[in-house]
Parts: sequence; structure tokens; C-alpha cells
Amino acid sequence: MKRIAVIGMPNTGKSTLFNRLTGAHAKVGNWPGLTVELLSARIVVGGEMVQLVDLPGIYDLRAQSGDEAVVTTFLAQNAVDLALVVINASQVERQIMLLGPIAKPDLHVILVLNMADEAAALGISIDRETLSSDLGVPVCLISAKYGQGVEQLHALIATALRTPAGAAPAAGNGAGKGPGQGARLDEHGLEAAIRRSVMIPVHASHALTEKIDRVLLHPWMGLPIFFALMFLLFQAVFFVGKPIQDGMAWALTAFRSGVLNPAFAGLPAVVSGLLLDGIYNGLGTVASFVPLIILFFLCMAVVEDTGYLSRAAFLMDALMSRFGLDGRSFVMILMGFGCNVPALMGTRVMRSRGLRLLTMLVIPLSLCSARLQVFLFFIAALFPADIAPVVLFSLYLISIATAVLTSQLFKRRFVNDDPFVLEIPPYRFPTTQQMLLRGWQEVGHFLRRATRFIVAGVVLVWLLTNFPAGAAPGSVDTWAGQIGSLLNPVLSPLGIDPKLTIALIFGFVAKEVVIGALAVIYAREGGALMTTIASQIDWVQAYSFMLFTLIYTPCLSTIATIRNEARSRAFTALAVAWPLALAWTVSLVFYQTARLVWA
Amino acid sequence: MKKAQPDTLDALRPGETGTILALHASVELYRRLAALGLRVGKHVRILRRGRFAGPLHVRVGTTDLMLRTSDACCIQVQRSHT
Repeated sequence: MKRIAVIGMPNTGKSTLFNRLTGAHAKVGNWPGLTVELLSARIVVGGEMVQLVDLPGIYDLRAQSGDEAVVTTFLAQNAVDLALVVINASQVERQIMLLGPIAKPDLHVILVLNMADEAAALGISIDRETLSSDLGVPVCLISAKYGQGVEQLHALIATALRTPAGAAPAAGNGAGKGPGQGARLDEHGLEAAIRRSVMIPVHASHALTEKIDRVLLHPWMGLPIFFALMFLLFQAVFFVGKPIQDGMAWALTAFRSGVLNPAFAGLPAVVSGLLLDGIYNGLGTVASFVPLIILFFLCMAVVEDTGYLSRAAFLMDALMSRFGLDGRSFVMILMGFGCNVPALMGTRVMRSRGLRLLTMLVIPLSLCSARLQVFLFFIAALFPADIAPVVLFSLYLISIATAVLTSQLFKRRFVNDDPFVLEIPPYRFPTTQQMLLRGWQEVGHFLRRATRFIVAGVVLVWLLTNFPAGAAPGSVDTWAGQIGSLLNPVLSPLGIDPKLTIALIFGFVAKEVVIGALAVIYAREGGALMTTIASQIDWVQAYSFMLFTLIYTPCLSTIATIRNEARSRAFTALAVAWPLALAWTVSLVFYQTARLVWA
Repeated sequence: MKKAQPDTLDALRPGETGTILALHASVELYRRLAALGLRVGKHVRILRRGRFAGPLHVRVGTTDLMLRTSDACCIQVQRSHT
């Protein structure tokens, strides 16, 4: 099967073109020599099945690091018949330089000038025929977003694939120049070709973008507007997402009690327990993230595709660069306060691996909405109503403090190796289709790769909290209880007793289950559970438990996502071990100090 | 009238323009700057500067981009008089 690679700089609408050509039937997969996965899809062109591969956005093929190395390795290790070089038509003057190092005698190349609608709006005119004959490659002007010119591109691809590679890179409409001769694709040759065929008005600028930027990047108003927008976004995701999530949880429970429980009633308790409390609950955990991920990426599609994310980077850079992070990290960490999982997935916008890893190490420290539930419960049980808000606020402050500490400690270990020179694209409005597609793709991504890991984890915790046979579920006699007793010397200096340790083991799965787990552990519900806990532990122990809950592993889904995104076991281990060590230290220091002061 | 002395890009104020004379950058930064259009002979305009010693928002050709002052100081420019 013939293979087509899509190559281009960031912000050229490369992925939009890929989706336009493949109709969103793409799959992520591994490739020889690469540590990152690439999107690819099979499409039919000119009656022939071909494989289309979307390569990461690159600035200069000669660079040896990051995404450039990915593209170089891919081209070296995989046979490619045709390269679609995607260029932003309104920036053809600079982006054309990418063509030189890609064009080789044995490779078909089609120059795709995307965003033709934007170029036209700027008054830029491009003489396609002249450009094509000067460069010796077929050229087509398209708008991947709106679909103009895509048919013509299809025809050019079909023609190129029919011609044997190496015979004539100038096949199609690029006639006039022979292969490997005539067309000079070095810097000067490319510049000359552009001068002959591209007319750019002296004052080509996006007037609307300038107007919007005057407000959104205003020296004094820019930051307050940014925080207000982030707050709205946050509200949109989590206050729309929460009822959907709750509704889904309700439906899953109803399905269980209405259909599954009766259906499995005849089975031995161990089997139905494994199937229902283990596997079904595991799948339920996975499913409960789906609405949040879709909503998050709908919003991210707006923030990113409109171009506001790079404005956020501009606004926050002065502060964030001190922590070894950048403005985009800030947006993701902020989103982490709602849910860590989509925030971790959102770090994919960063090119630098160091920056991505550092951001991924920091995000799980954000006090997410699931942890909030646990804190609200404990605060209500052990603190008088008048200081409850102060207690909660202190936990948010500690969440931020641990994030700052972590970034300061690890910024030399995970260095941002990508120069901080970012394009600030004109404001664009993503189409509804683009947004939905993005949400859909990300959910597919999460489900495909996290499901097995999460279900396995839930089953493991179920086993720990239900065995050995005969032990009351969640009691101190179970394996989890035994672990709790075993860990007693380590956790009792923190004021965390074996029963609370079992809750922490449950909490490893998801913080949403902690309160439910406590109900099982103490064999009480609701108000009675609060009274029981309040009679067995004091506020110092409770606060220490909350500190530990705040800082240690947020949930299995977070770990699964870190593992998928970082694709490194060592990093995943660090992302589990460091917060655990930090949680222990912070709780210890708090508990021992508080005991000294208040006895 | 005295001819203006060469400046570095970070010395320009918002609204000012200059012509790039030289880039004294590491290979990697140089390539990135070049890929984004910051090449010798090009005209650059400073659109704005970020608060609290934040990055520069510059325009070169039809591309808007941001860069930190620590990177901008390696770009030598001839300030244009308007």
C-alpha cells in the first residue's frame, strides 16, 4: 500500500486537512524507531487504497530534537511515496523554506497552500501556475476548514501516485522543469519563486485581530480578562459536566440494581462481586470521565483554535517562566482544579517534552472536584461551620504551594528545551464540526488506552478490600486492613489509623469512592457516619488525613493518563512516588506540630 | 543628521520598527527564529510588551509572534525613523 505523509509547520491547519481527507477514521499507532504515536488512516484515492500519516508540526527539518527528530526518523525508516507539504497561504513567504529539505528526487511532493480564504481576505494573491512551474512541484490552494480545493488536491494526489516516484517530481501541472534540475529549492531559489508568484499588500494585517488584541492583551486589562474567561470556562466545563456526570453515575447504578443485580443473583457471591463491584464499577469509573473529557476538549478547541491559548501564554509568561513553566501550563493546571485527567491530556499542545513532563508532574496536585467532595464531608464532620470556609481555603492554598514547590524542585530536571518563540495566530473561529470531532477523538483516545488499566486497578482494590474469604468487606480483617496494620508504624505518626488507611487505599481508585468506602469501613451512612468519625478521630487527625488525600495520587485514571501521555514507566513511577512522599512529609510535619501546639 | 546606532530588538518600544542586521543565537534558536520569519534584512515591528518584563509581541511580514526579552536581545536591529 502506498503511503502519504502530511508535513507542515505548526498552525497551518495540517490536522484539519488530515481530518478533511480521512473523514475522521484515523487511528493512533506505533511506528518503527519512534517513541510517539502518530495518527494514520486509510483512504481511497483514484481507486487505490493508500495510507495517510499525520506527522507532528515542525519548524525546520534540519533540527535534531523534538518533533523535528520524529519527522526525520519517520521519513528515514518508513517508505513514503508522497509528501503533502502543508503551508499557511498567508505566510507562504516564510513557510516555503520547509520545502527545500523535504524535496528529494525519489519522493513525490505536493505543495498544499492551506487557509486560502485567509490569504484572500488579506489581499494576498498567489499565481499557482507560475509557482508550480518554478518549483517543479504541483501546487494547490485549499481551505481545509471549509473544504474548498480539496477535490483538486484529490486529483493531484491520484496523478502523483500513478507516476513512478523518481521519474518526474514535476508531474501533473508542474511541467517545464525536469526532475532534479531547473527547480532550485534552496533558500534563494525559493525566495525568488515566491517573489515572482506571490503578491502581498504592504499593510497586510488582520484588522479584526488587532482590534481584539488591543482589548484582550491590554497592559492592565489583559490579565483580569484572562482570569474572568478562565473562570467562565471552568464553570462551563464543571457545572455543565457535573450534572451530566452525576446523571451518568445514577444511570449506571440504576442499570446495576435494576438489571445486573437480578441477573447475577444466582451466581456465587465471589463471582458476582468480582463482576459487579470489580469490573462493572471499573467500567463505570471510566465512563464517568467521558462527559468531562468531551466538554473539556470542546472548550479547549475554542481556546486553542481561536488562538487565545497563545495569548494566555503571552499574558502569563512573565510569572510562569520563573517556575520553569509557561502560560499554557498555567491554563492546564487551572483546568486541573476541575479534573486532572483532561488537563493532563491537554498538555499535548506543548512541543517540549521537558515542559510537558514538568506540567504533568504539577497538574495532579491541583485540588480537583472529586477531592473537594471528600474535604466537604470531613470539614462538615469535624469543623464548626464558621471556620469551615477557612479550612477549605487553606487546602486550596496548600494545593497551590505544593504545585509551586514541585515545579521549583523539578524545573532543572525537566528543562524546557524548546525556544519560547511562539506564533500568535490571528483569531479564528473553529467550526462546530471541528470542535465535536476533537472531543470525539480525545474520548476515543482515553477509552482505548485507559480502560484496561483502570479496570485492572479497580479489580485489584476490590480484591484487597474483600479478601481473604470470610472477612467483612472493607474491615480490618481484609488484605487492605492487613496492609493498613502493616503500614501503621509509617502512618500513625501522621494520625492516620488503619481504618483511614483502608479509605486511602480505596481512594487510590478514585476520590469519589472515598466517602462510600468510609460508609463500608465504619458500617454507617450519612449523618451517622459523620458522628461516628467525629467520635473516633479529632480535627488534627482529620486535617492530616485531608492533607494526605490532597497530595497523594488523585486517582487511577490520572495515573493511566500520565502513563499514556508520558509513555514512560520511570516518569509514571515518579509521578506516583513524589506526591506520595510529599503527602507523607506534609502530613507528618502538620500532625506532629499540631500535636505539640494543641496537644 | 546622525545615523542611528544598531540596537537589539528588546530595546525597541511598542510601535517602533527596525531592520534585522544580525542574529547572535544558538543554532537551535537561530533556526526557530528563521523559520518564524526573523531573518537578516526583514523588517520587525514591536506591537506590545508583556507586563512585568513579559515577552515581546512582534510582527514580521504577515506573522505575529512572541518571544522573551532574553531571546530578543540576541537580535541586532537598525531602528527605523518615522
